Amino acid sequence: MMKPQERIQLWTELLELQHRYVNVLDNNRLEEWPGFFVEDCRYEIIPKENFDAGFPVPIIYCRNAGMLRDRVLSLRNANIYEDHVYRHATSGLVITSVADGVVSTESSYIVVITSQAGESSVYQAGKYLDEVVQEDGAWRYRSKRVVYDTLRVPTLLATPI
Amino acid sequence: MSDATLEAPIAFHPRPDKASQRPVLFPQPDGAEVPYQVFSSQEVYDREQERIFRGPVWSFLGLEAEIPNVGDFKSTFIGDTPVVVTRTAEGLACWVNRCAHRGAMVCREKRGNAASHTCVYHQWSFAANGDLQGVPFRRGQKGMVGMPKDFRPQEHNLHKLRVDSYKGLLFATFRDDTPPLPDYLGAEMRPWIDRIFHKPIVYLGCTRQYSKSNWKLYFENVKDPYHASLLHLFHTTFNIFRVGMKARSIPDASHGLHSIITVTKPEVDTDTAAAYSAQNIRSMDEGFALEDPALLGQIQEFDEMTTNHIQPIFPQLVVQQIHNTLVARQLLPKGPGNFELVFHFFGYADDTPEMRELRMLQANLVGPAGYISMEDTEATELVQRGTVRDGDKHSYIAMAREAPEQMDTVITENLIRRFWVGYQKLMGY
Repeated sequence: MMKPQERIQLWTELLELQHRYVNVLDNNRLEEWPGFFVEDCRYEIIPKENFDAGFPVPIIYCRNAGMLRDRVLSLRNANIYEDHVYRHATSGLVITSVADGVVSTESSYIVVITSQAGESSVYQAGKYLDEVVQEDGAWRYRSKRVVYDTLRVPTLLATPI
Repeated sequence: MSDATLEAPIAFHPRPDKASQRPVLFPQPDGAEVPYQVFSSQEVYDREQERIFRGPVWSFLGLEAEIPNVGDFKSTFIGDTPVVVTRTAEGLACWVNRCAHRGAMVCREKRGNAASHTCVYHQWSFAANGDLQGVPFRRGQKGMVGMPKDFRPQEHNLHKLRVDSYKGLLFATFRDDTPPLPDYLGAEMRPWIDRIFHKPIVYLGCTRQYSKSNWKLYFENVKDPYHASLLHLFHTTFNIFRVGMKARSIPDASHGLHSIITVTKPEVDTDTAAAYSAQNIRSMDEGFALEDPALLGQIQEFDEMTTNHIQPIFPQLVVQQIHNTLVARQLLPKGPGNFELVFHFFGYADDTPEMRELRMLQANLVGPAGYISMEDTEATELVQRGTVRDGDKHSYIAMAREAPEQMDTVITENLIRRFWVGYQKLMGY
């Protein structure tokens, strides 16, 4: 059983991790994004309807950090999409379990996208289901499952959530 | 500026809505020039709902595997008409999701299981097959009269549609004179469907994409093998698409509305990079490699090692096999300038865990974030934005126009031209 101060300390550290994570995505520093994960990680973006029904189909599924780096490589060099800016707003971070060095958290996010024309709109709302571990004295994601409520993806999804 | 100028009457006559008054004219009989108004005119859209989606066609609703048990139902659309497809003890049923009383939507859930469906407005209830079962206060109460004496419940069922399935693919039609489903699919297309649906499937979930462009632009896209290696640079960047692959581009012979494109791995490897450099095609195939190329693998599961099988069945279905992804894409128009694309993923009941994992990895290739598909809606939206104010102009679709019989190629726009000829006939243009 964790003491209240320890719990708040841990919560603050994970909140800081999340804020650094979205800072990278919101400022187009995609090359830094895989560094938030341990090498043996899982990253997934899955619609809420599949998640709730127990269907496995994702829109992005990476089972190691190499696949995250591949995503960035492809976005930078192969894929064609309109330049855009994300702004993540996150809230409601709670620690759902702490066991064997793995901290599980749940939190909500909203991503506002701004297009080339300068129009901003809510692109996606959803939740993060994260598993965080210590590696070399730093918190990293072992698993990040992004469960999105906005079932109809507007046009396409290029930048990770 | 003088007062006189200010007071001068300004002739400001509202312009007549030219788009809605202009007749739709295809300048070429072979579909090589498509008037842009068909992508943005409300009048054209309304006519499509009447003559196509409520006309003599079978519209794809989903997979039988989505509603495996008696009572399972799914809400979906035919064109933009909301319908529900459900499995009853007597078989499949499909009805328009509109109460026979005052027209409210009866079913408000995407999926579920129910023996009957009750409208929330006045609680008229309907059996799963659409028959009216109960009307509250039908016989009045405490001396108050209810429905008229000549009220006959059987005259107020939900609007039932003809529904049928082919190899687990669900279709419905508004019309009694639509040919039987196997005939509608046709002798050329059926073997290709049989190939994919040759054994029991398992539903794995869906992803949805919403595009700010006309639904027919997506139909053009899936009949356009010419764009594949030019728009989707993932192929060439990571050296997937190879010059020398065997290809097919086959239109349905009778009306041209359905078609099949396949690409098959060559027996002997060829130098794709050199061939692309020779054509001066933008490609970045020098030095890029995936750290984890697992998702580019392919386990052979059909006699012919096709990497791509793209088969649009007009007007709402595209059967897709790309490597080991198996998808039934459902295309739903949402007004002249929008469509929704639903990717229904499936596997086979006898998949090994490794195969199922590969299918999930390869979900990265297709769908809204797909390495080799995310650009499609980008492209159709560029066309929408480029053409919306120029209904009197037209496209120019002429690749391989002088060889309409040539089907062993991806450098062709023949399937698109054939599509437009079939479209004109259905629409009476």
